[in-house]
Amino acid sequence: MAETAGYNIDLPPAMIEGATAIADWTLVWPVALPLFGAAVLLMARKHPHVQAPLALAVIAAVIASCVTLMLRIADTGPVAMTMGNWLPPFGISFTADMLSALFAVTSSVLALVVLLFAQSEIEPREVRYGFHQFLLLLLAGINGSFLTGDLFNLYVWFEVMLIASFGLLVIGGRRIQLDGAVKYGFLNFIGTTIFLMAVGLLYGTLGTLNMADIAVNASRADPTTLTAIAALFLLGFGIKAAAFPVNAWLPASYHTPDPAVSALFAGLLTKVGVYALIRVLVALLPAMRIELDMVIAILAIGTLLLAPLGALAETNLRRALGFIVIGGIGAMFAGIAMSVTTSSGNALAGEGGGIGGAAVYAVHSMMTMTAFYLTAGLVERMTGTTDTRYMGGLYGANAPVSILFIVLAFSASGLPPFLGFWPKLTLVRAGLDAAEYWLVAALLVNAFLTTIACARLWSHIFWRNGREADQTEQPNDRLKPLSARALRWGLAPTIVLVLAIVGLGLWPSALIEYGRLAGVGITAPDAYIEAVGLAGGAQ
Amino acid sequence: MEHALAALCGVFFTVSIYMLLSRSLIRMLLGITILGNGVNLMIFTVGRLTREVPPIVPDGLVQPATDIANPLPQALILTAIVIGFALFSFLLVLTYRAYEELDADNTDTMRLAEPENPPSPPLSY
Repeated sequence: MAETAGYNIDLPPAMIEGATAIADWTLVWPVALPLFGAAVLLMARKHPHVQAPLALAVIAAVIASCVTLMLRIADTGPVAMTMGNWLPPFGISFTADMLSALFAVTSSVLALVVLLFAQSEIEPREVRYGFHQFLLLLLAGINGSFLTGDLFNLYVWFEVMLIASFGLLVIGGRRIQLDGAVKYGFLNFIGTTIFLMAVGLLYGTLGTLNMADIAVNASRADPTTLTAIAALFLLGFGIKAAAFPVNAWLPASYHTPDPAVSALFAGLLTKVGVYALIRVLVALLPAMRIELDMVIAILAIGTLLLAPLGALAETNLRRALGFIVIGGIGAMFAGIAMSVTTSSGNALAGEGGGIGGAAVYAVHSMMTMTAFYLTAGLVERMTGTTDTRYMGGLYGANAPVSILFIVLAFSASGLPPFLGFWPKLTLVRAGLDAAEYWLVAALLVNAFLTTIACARLWSHIFWRNGREADQTEQPNDRLKPLSARALRWGLAPTIVLVLAIVGLGLWPSALIEYGRLAGVGITAPDAYIEAVGLAGGAQ
Repeated sequence: MEHALAALCGVFFTVSIYMLLSRSLIRMLLGITILGNGVNLMIFTVGRLTREVPPIVPDGLVQPATDIANPLPQALILTAIVIGFALFSFLLVLTYRAYEELDADNTDTMRLAEPENPPSPPLSY
């Protein structure tokens, strides 16, 4: 620190004088608004009919501030603000770069879609038990994880997210939900505890928890110690992201709650793990990521290959989709494993390497998987079962849903012209540049297997006339048409989301450019460090 | 002193992993508590141990005169204890409800969400 220049004034030099600029507040709104909104909704719990409109207004405001933040970052680079006027690294910083803002915008928009969809199925008692409050708290936890610039703070937001997701997971109180929640709860708690362990050890090694400060100081510490810590981070975030072989909790729990809740989980929660992994391993400890490259590549290949096989073997619709979510995590891990150098040894920093592809893939996976689970919810409502063996004949009963399903199936498999094609293309190109041929092969095989798994689901649910075996040709007499409520609140938001997926697939250049900016920001975090105010290195 | 506490953390982790590998949910809960305490103790230890010097700056000085105890790990642990306690209470209630509803304390018999002998996928198409 500078010597005691402010000796005889009240403020020591560790503090910023003057108030925070109003513009910097956009960084906190995406977290503060849902927290505040949840508190207000809790006070208004006796008035069930105001809950949804209020939650809608809060999420709309969150989206507005996230979009403002993203446009500002695209314009002027990363934004930082430090709490309580302490100078970094003493205060807790909120720091957003392109990756954070991109993910925060996507999550908030999806939370809005899920809120609308939930109106088609939510029971009055679930509103009373606090569905909307938990939804807002979950959004606060997710946005907090994306926007924070402090590692311990990241742990706190993980726990906020975890406890809100517990609430949403058990809110109906059905037996199957309790079973799923036990597995989800225990394994995720262990995952965050391992993450906390790594945070503690990193603090003991570097003496700081500010992310920018860690990025500056990481090269000074013993690389062996840091690699061990990075491996712990990989395990903790791997559990959160449901990467193979620690993925068992996801297909055990994501199909148990209401479709809207499982759509939200499938879209958002695992991607927070991926975000944290990218942030810590690539931006903060890049040298350690290179040490762990082989491990991450093996995890990626295992996840990519085994997940769609799980989906093929599954008869429960939403469980099968859970395996497809896991396959997407494998693609993002592949992006992390191939991020930095080309075969000729040139740094890919200008391109963002695989990180840009992983970022776009995460956005695609959030949108596609949320829409997929919502569509599955509609399918389950029409067929009255969760088992694909007893579904069938839906094409005749409801053609629009079958179109939604096939569009999402193609998008999830990465077929053009839908959204899933572009991140896969970016990843494959980055993999060829970096001469990671095994990863490229695994990505392509994954696309092929996912296509088969999704096409099988589609043909079983929609294409054949009736149920399995000898009843295949008899019309399915158990189908129920969607109610007016389900059409307005269930089908309409899903169609809008699918249209957004198609639109982004047809005009992807803006998204790819944002993804490239995110990748550059992560692989070359100078601007991030400068925004926090630590450009001159540690004092 | 640090070495002794580090060894104690190791014992905590060993015990908790042993407990977590059990099939009984109650034992797993105990394992989770011990794991949380082990991590808290570990954060305390990596913050370096200083005895009996509170981190308070005396009047008239802008920085403490001697080496002081590191206050940050205590703040971290306090946060982690509160969060861990909240999650543990939730898991405890969840386990109790699961015991009531599913009549099972053994994870091997909790197969509602994942049926034990899953049906084969349809062979048509």
